Amino acid sequence: MSGSEETHRAIERVARESYGRLVAYLSSHTRDVASAEDALSDALIAALKTWPRDGLPQNPEAWLMTAARRSFIDLVRHRQVVEASESTLVLLSEERNEATLSVEFPDDRLKLLFVCAHPAIDAAMHTPLMLQTVLGLDAARIAGAFLVSPKTMGQRLVRAKTKIRDGGIQFEVPQDRELPARLDAVLEAIYAAFGIGWDDMAGVDQPGRDLAEEAIWLARVLLQLMPREAEVHGLLALMLHCEARRAARRGRDGRFIPLSEQDTEQWSIAFIEEAERHLAEAFESGRMGRFQLEAAIQSVHAERARSGRTDWSAIAMFYEQLIRISPTLGTRTGSAAAIAEANGAAAGLAVLDAIAGEDVSGYQPYWAVRAHLLQRLGKKTEASEAYDRAIGLAEDPAVREFLLQKRG
Amino acid sequence: MQFALLVYESPEAFAARKSDGTDAYTGAWRAYHKALVESGAYVGGDPLEVPETGTIVRIKEGKRRVQDGPFADTKEQLGGFIIMELPSVDAALDWAARCPTAASGCVEVRPLAPAAKHRIT
Repeated sequence: MSGSEETHRAIERVARESYGRLVAYLSSHTRDVASAEDALSDALIAALKTWPRDGLPQNPEAWLMTAARRSFIDLVRHRQVVEASESTLVLLSEERNEATLSVEFPDDRLKLLFVCAHPAIDAAMHTPLMLQTVLGLDAARIAGAFLVSPKTMGQRLVRAKTKIRDGGIQFEVPQDRELPARLDAVLEAIYAAFGIGWDDMAGVDQPGRDLAEEAIWLARVLLQLMPREAEVHGLLALMLHCEARRAARRGRDGRFIPLSEQDTEQWSIAFIEEAERHLAEAFESGRMGRFQLEAAIQSVHAERARSGRTDWSAIAMFYEQLIRISPTLGTRTGSAAAIAEANGAAAGLAVLDAIAGEDVSGYQPYWAVRAHLLQRLGKKTEASEAYDRAIGLAEDPAVREFLLQKRG
Repeated sequence: MQFALLVYESPEAFAARKSDGTDAYTGAWRAYHKALVESGAYVGGDPLEVPETGTIVRIKEGKRRVQDGPFADTKEQLGGFIIMELPSVDAALDWAARCPTAASGCVEVRPLAPAAKHRIT
C-alpha cells in the first residue's frame, strides 16, 4: 500500500469515527448543523492535502477539531448569524485555551440524535438526518436507500437543518418524563435505517437497502451513550440477530432462501452470541418493550442452530405480547404466521381475516403469508390470487422469483 | 395527481414477448398489473410494439423526412407506459421500484402536465 493510500484510509477511519462527535460538538451551541458539516468537510479537505505531505498528526481527531473549529468560526462570521455570536465566543475562548482543551471535548452526539428525531422535525426525515449528521453519509446515498432523487433528498435535508437552526429546537437530552417517547423516536429512526420489517416464515423480508451496517453502528453509538436503557439493548440485539443470517439469505446463485430453509451453519455465531448478551442485559432491567420482544422472537429462531427445531408456540406468545404494545400491520401478520405454524394453517388464516378490514392492499407480507396458508389448506384458486398480489407488490427480484415458483 | 410510468425494456425483455407466457418476467408483470389495479392507482396504459416497428416523421424545409426505428443506440428502449393516480411522487416511486422491469431495464416516473394539456384543449 502506498503512503498516500494509507493516509487516505486513515482519513476515512478518523472521519468515520469522529464525524458525529465533531458535528455534534460544533453545532450544539449554535444549532447550526449545516455550518458544522461544512466546517468539517473543509477540515477533511485540508487533511487530505496536508497529511500525505507531513504525515499523520499525532492525534488526528484533535487536528480535525482544530481545523474544523477555525473554519466554523469563519463560516459563522461570514454568514453574519447574529444570534450565533455568543456561541462563537465560546468556541473562540476554547481556541485560546487549546492547551487545556487538548484532546478532550464533550461528546454531544446523544443531543444530536435527539435533535434529529425531534417531534418538530418531519418523522420521515429523522433517519436521513441521523445518517448524514452522525455518520456523514452523503445525500445521494441516503436518497437511494429511501427511494427519492438525490436532489429531492438534498433539499429535504437542507430544510430540516434550517428548522433545527431557526425553529428553537434545543440541543439537550430530554427530561425523564419525556424520555421514553423521545427515545422511541430515536430507536425507530435507527431501525428504519436497518430496513427489515420482520423475518417471517414465508420468507418475504423486505430488502434492506444497504444501510444495515450503518444502523448497527448508530445503535452502538447510542448504547455507548445510554448503556442502561433496556430498549437500546433490545434494538441492537434485534438487528444483530437479523444481521447474523445475512449470508444464509441468498443461495450461491442469488436465489432467495426463506428463514425456515436457511442453512444454520451459515449463520454468524459471533453475532448471535452478541445479540443474546444484549437481550439478557435488557431483560435484567425488567422493563419490557417492543424491540426486546422483537429480538426475543429472533432469538427463538436463532435457537434452531442449536436444537434443530423452532418453538413456534413461544414465538406466537411473544407476538401476542408485541401486539399489545405495537398493533401494527407487520406485527399482526407476523403473529398470524406464527399461529399458523403452532396451531395449523386455518388458525393463522383466521387471524389474517381479522386484519383484512384495514388497508392491506399495499402490504406485501400480508399477501405472501396469506398465499402460503391458502396453499397449505389446498385452496388453489384463492392461493394463486394471493400469490399474484404478493408477487406484484414485491420489490426484490429474488423474492419475486421465489414466490413465482411457489405459486407454480 | 397523475403520473406516467415510462418503462424502458432491454432487448431480452422485448424478446420475452415471444414466449408462451409462462416465463418469470411475464408472470411478474401479470402480478404487478393486478396489484396496481387492485390498489386503485391504475388509470390506464399499454405496452408498445417493439422499437423496430417505430417510424419518426419530421418536416424539414417543407419536406417530409421519415426515419425507421429504432432511433437510439441505447440498450433500453421505451416498451410501454402506465398512467397512475397517486397522492405523491413518493408513492409513484414505490410502484416504479416494484415494477418487474426496474430490475432488468429502467423505469421513469413523470408527472402528467394537465396545465400544458389545458392550453391546447
